[in-house]
Amino acid sequence: MIPSNEPTPMTPDSSSSPARLPRRTVLKWFAAAAAATQLPALRSSAQTTPAAKGYGTDPEVAKFYEPGAFWPLTLTPVQRKAAVALADTLFPADHLGPAASEVRVIDYVDEWISAPYAPQQKDREAVLPGLAWIDEEAQKRFQKDFASITEEQRRAICDDICYAPEAKPAFKRGASFFAKFRSLAASAYYSTEPGWKALGYVGNVPLVSFDGPPPEVLEKLGVEQTVK
Amino acid sequence: MPIITSSKTQQEYDVAIVGSGAGGGQMAYTLTLAGLKCVMLEAGRNYSPETETAMFQRADQSPLMGTATADKAFGFTDATIDGGWEVPGEPYTQASDKAEEKFWWWRPRMLGGRTNHWGRMSLRNGPYDFKPHSRDGLGFDWAIGYEDVDPYYTKVEMLVGIYGTNEGLENTPNSPEGVLLPAPKARASELYLQKHAKKLRVPVIPIHRAVLTRPLDADSIPAKLHPGNAWAQKLVADGMRARAACFWATDCGRGCSLRANYQSTTVHLPIAMATGNLDIIPNAHAREVLVDANGKATGVLYIDKTTGQEARVKAKAVVLAASSGETVRILLNSKSAAFPQGLANRSGKVGKYIMDTVGCRVSGQVPALENLPPHNEDGAGGVHTYVPWWLYQEQKAGKMDFARGYHVEFGGTRRMPGGNNPLPDDLGKGAYGTKFKEEARRYYGSFVGYTCRGEMVPNEDCFAEIDPTVKDKWGIPVLRWHWKWSNQELNMVKHAQETFTALIEAMGGTVRGKKEAPLKAIDPGGKIIHEVGGALMGADAGKSVCNGWNQTWDVKNLFLSDASPFPSNADKNPTLTIMALAWRTGDYIVEQARKGAL
Repeated sequence: MIPSNEPTPMTPDSSSSPARLPRRTVLKWFAAAAAATQLPALRSSAQTTPAAKGYGTDPEVAKFYEPGAFWPLTLTPVQRKAAVALADTLFPADHLGPAASEVRVIDYVDEWISAPYAPQQKDREAVLPGLAWIDEEAQKRFQKDFASITEEQRRAICDDICYAPEAKPAFKRGASFFAKFRSLAASAYYSTEPGWKALGYVGNVPLVSFDGPPPEVLEKLGVEQTVK
Repeated sequence: MPIITSSKTQQEYDVAIVGSGAGGGQMAYTLTLAGLKCVMLEAGRNYSPETETAMFQRADQSPLMGTATADKAFGFTDATIDGGWEVPGEPYTQASDKAEEKFWWWRPRMLGGRTNHWGRMSLRNGPYDFKPHSRDGLGFDWAIGYEDVDPYYTKVEMLVGIYGTNEGLENTPNSPEGVLLPAPKARASELYLQKHAKKLRVPVIPIHRAVLTRPLDADSIPAKLHPGNAWAQKLVADGMRARAACFWATDCGRGCSLRANYQSTTVHLPIAMATGNLDIIPNAHAREVLVDANGKATGVLYIDKTTGQEARVKAKAVVLAASSGETVRILLNSKSAAFPQGLANRSGKVGKYIMDTVGCRVSGQVPALENLPPHNEDGAGGVHTYVPWWLYQEQKAGKMDFARGYHVEFGGTRRMPGGNNPLPDDLGKGAYGTKFKEEARRYYGSFVGYTCRGEMVPNEDCFAEIDPTVKDKWGIPVLRWHWKWSNQELNMVKHAQETFTALIEAMGGTVRGKKEAPLKAIDPGGKIIHEVGGALMGADAGKSVCNGWNQTWDVKNLFLSDASPFPSNADKNPTLTIMALAWRTGDYIVEQARKGAL
């Protein structure tokens, strides 16, 4: 009885997301980041931990929810600042729509990594150390945190980590984080109405009739409507 | 007679029905319109699609962008509540630790059961599908043939409303003229596939689905369904007028507050309730069928989940429509001096030959579908066209290494986005910023997915039994599952993988993801949620559990109206056949009741 429309994958774009970081790697990376900044270890212990319970098997579904409706958001102000800046570099305001911050992308990412479910907890282990790392990288290169550097400076960092298969060894971990973060941010961005517009999705509206693809689409594909 | 609690039951009913899904719903409809007093037990809570369906919610309006979680296996807005492959407090066990030998048992706990979430695919079994053993020597023939079920397929199609066309293809039956509702127009990617599949001689035709593409004809259909019964005609007409036609938005898996698609809760149960002849007890988990000293069923023992206490309903006949697994569990747990192996199990066949559908999937990306002008292809909230099984003659000629067929369902293209990254990393090649948005827009709509839905051959290694030690939170012994695919299914998967690859390549596309070995590629047993069998019908009382009326051989007033009597699991999806057989069994029960034979 499964509809042919397959269930949504457990994680955004699970088919092409980078291999998950083993926990040991995450811990090692975190330790390295902590040593570098002398702060994250402390910050980590002060971190609000994700809620223990999800929304249960019988939540009210016919309702409109805000991020954080079922469990508290847990990004610290420092993490949030870096995340908002990074998301806006990934999704800037342009001819295809508003910037990530205008559609609250980080609220959705925060809800995601604050969720009690196992796949989201795993993503949390990749995202939080990654945000610490990107601030550290900005400090190292430009003596400011990531949110405080220029767009050009941000792009200089992003260019080194935006494509994992081609990232230099020193940036492999950063690239792995970037891919996960980009995937989460894209999942959120394209969940919104401006995101739909950016992609070219024009449905979810009631229609009197369904007329199939318009003539220009049929023409482009070289096909005719066969269902009369 | 309404939705009631345990304390409000009547002294005795004509018929007790366990389960409120496709089988239970159709049974309640048929019996109550014939004047029989019925009680229905549902293990889950009451559920109202009119008020509880998330019709237009975007991903950003649901937690975790609507994506699947351990609590909601098909995502937040999916209709299923209190259910899934795992139900808290209601475990089941596996005989094997191997992943490929596990059975995933889906159990919704809600009024209407699985009919609230399903694909609405409503294909008739063809003549071959009732006599598979005669055709290829494998499995079992049904005790009935296509001609027995044909008129009931027609009645169900008229009642629930099925869209589609008559294509006259082999073993893919037509419906009588005027019965089917208009098929929705094909989507762009479907037309493109249709054009290129021709080179491979693979047919792409409109599918049949239980969605109203126009309102049902309430002025003429009721008289055809219930000739000479003006009272029934009026109730059915009222039920049909309460349903709106599809408005071409939102996924059917969410359910439908317009009642435009078939759910037991929007189609069967409102009419059955309107007769005044049906009591429904939600939160009533059936544990045993009660029998008297003569071996006749007298009612059902159940757990009232609101109190945790045992309760009973009395009835002159009992119908189990609880799903294959749950019906098997109830029968095997109904042990008595007269039935030490469990009820209706003198043949020892209860629990045997459980089948699911063979599922696997290949995805691809088709450059010709990139950058298409934006257009709305939500359509009827599910598939519009499909590939029916097309190689019957090759199988007959002995050219294939598997005996049964599969059909192909399509996914992908311009679905509502949200909750996932539309631009895979290997295509984005590191893009971010405006470049990412441009690439995402370019590729959106160009991804296709082809899904195999194939017929499994029943085998000795796939069965359910009672676990000797484990009980659920209600104290009811649970099922232990045994599962093993045979080469029949694995060879089918291999063929499907090769076919889907060829289809994608015929369109100039490329396959995405790496090709898995068949045992890895095949979906686990139970994953497709087409569990059938376990209490097979047959011509021989010594080798089957029930006869061609779905009446158990050992207990004459006990009937099975889910898919448990199915001796085979054609690729045609079980729901329409469950409903057709339930109507047919219902007519038989009414006839027996009139004769005083209950």
